[in-house]
Amino acid sequence: MSTPSTAIRPETGLLIIGASQAGVQLAISLRGTGFDEHITLLGEEDHRPYQRPALSKEFLQDTVGKENLIFRSQEYWDEHDIELVKGARIERVEKRPDGSGVAHAADGTEYAFRRLALAVGARARRLELPGADLEGVVYLRSADDALDLKSRLGDVQDVVVVGGGFIGLEAACSLHGMGKATTVLEYGPRLVGRAVGEDTSAYFLQSHRSRGLDIQLDARLARFLDDGEGRVTGVELEDGTVITAQLVLIGVGVIPNTELAEQMGLAVDNGIVVDRHALASDGTTVAVGDVANMPNPLPGAPEGERLRLESVNNAIEHAKIAAYSLTGRREEYAGIPWFWSNQADLKLQIAGLTLGYDSTVVRRDEAKGKFTVLYYRQGQIIAADCINAPLDFMAVRTALGKGQNIPAEAAVDASVQLKSITAERTVDRKVPA
Amino acid sequence: MPTIHYTDDTGTTVDVTAKPGDSVMETAVRNGVTGIVAECGGSLSCATCHVFIQEDQVEDLPPMSEMEDEMLYGTAVDREDCSRLSCQIKVTEDMDLHVTTPETQV
Repeated sequence: MSTPSTAIRPETGLLIIGASQAGVQLAISLRGTGFDEHITLLGEEDHRPYQRPALSKEFLQDTVGKENLIFRSQEYWDEHDIELVKGARIERVEKRPDGSGVAHAADGTEYAFRRLALAVGARARRLELPGADLEGVVYLRSADDALDLKSRLGDVQDVVVVGGGFIGLEAACSLHGMGKATTVLEYGPRLVGRAVGEDTSAYFLQSHRSRGLDIQLDARLARFLDDGEGRVTGVELEDGTVITAQLVLIGVGVIPNTELAEQMGLAVDNGIVVDRHALASDGTTVAVGDVANMPNPLPGAPEGERLRLESVNNAIEHAKIAAYSLTGRREEYAGIPWFWSNQADLKLQIAGLTLGYDSTVVRRDEAKGKFTVLYYRQGQIIAADCINAPLDFMAVRTALGKGQNIPAEAAVDASVQLKSITAERTVDRKVPA
Repeated sequence: MPTIHYTDDTGTTVDVTAKPGDSVMETAVRNGVTGIVAECGGSLSCATCHVFIQEDQVEDLPPMSEMEDEMLYGTAVDREDCSRLSCQIKVTEDMDLHVTTPETQV
């Protein structure tokens, strides 16, 4: 127990709540734009700010260590007058109309600020089913989660992964690769249903099953089973099927951390509602990254279309816009969102957003294990899922960035390089978008 | 101690002492070397850690994988014969590597 103190910190120029990818990038970008006031970066965890994507992959498999995930050395923060505070949990914020205010931490510390940024991210969605609190039912969101998971693996032979999204499949591939008999239970009719189209889902299903992962679709989990002493021994489905497991990992999506914003009276709707400048409804607080519900940044997206993006690319690009916003530059967030997921030997790269697609083209090169789905809306390419096909990914991302098209008729032939059929005004890739 | 010399497109050089086993990208990012973005953290997915290797040192490095080769076709500044993705180059004990970062990575 930490003794409540009433320490009052000197006023900082910008208080960033959340040492997430977005929070860290905001601090870095502000220094790049000439912001010279003191910056305080508050992290809730007891780790220096780190990258999350490897937690379900390289870090879990022990191919990279914790130090490799650290964003910046301590010297960097010191040299740039960015104060890093670990283990700081903010419970309440009092904000004045001019943007300044005071944030109150759980330990009693008060952080006074001239401007405030919320980079509070999202947390793992919990499954509220009988037995959910059993020892051995775990989640994977933070470094501590990953360390905990690794420490449990010793005696584990059978794993159940609940959720066939990116986190679930990445972790399942990692665990399977480490010799664990792994079963993936997906509630929906296909894998990664929220992020990719049906063809890509089918490709993942076939690939993962062929490598020995047991994947069950339309799987309705009823409860977690225990050994009578509080440890999980498996799961039971609604149809009575029992699957033995000494470890159950749940990866069923995330919930944005909007509590502080709500307490502050900011508009909240599946995330903190922000405008194209990353400004929340009070006009002074910025909110960035996973927690922000923002106008669709894709150039040419329908007016009024809003979304929340959970990705590294968005955290970085959104933070840059917020940095401009805080220094008085009125740049609007526009860009081509992209995502990646590494699952065993499958490298998925997604360019663009599939919102509103009306047709697809599938390109498949069996020999090389390349598989690409191009998404079209009224004949115009809007997105692509590319598996082990970086050339396709790069071609689509570049074309989208330049507002070009890749005609569907020509793209059907998988031996044709997409770059060569891009309907373009110029062949010079150096011309900015 | 291994040293990596990062020269940006304006000719300014930063020398960074590196740790064997880390990548040339990680070394740059952790020390705040500008000119390397590394969005994907080194998982060969983004091509924003592109560097040009000093020409007489290209041959000293392990060859690139097909995936790295393909990713290099998507860099913001066009690739050259001495192009590599710095996330794929591991620092070795007595490395003294000179790299130049491109004008932009995105």
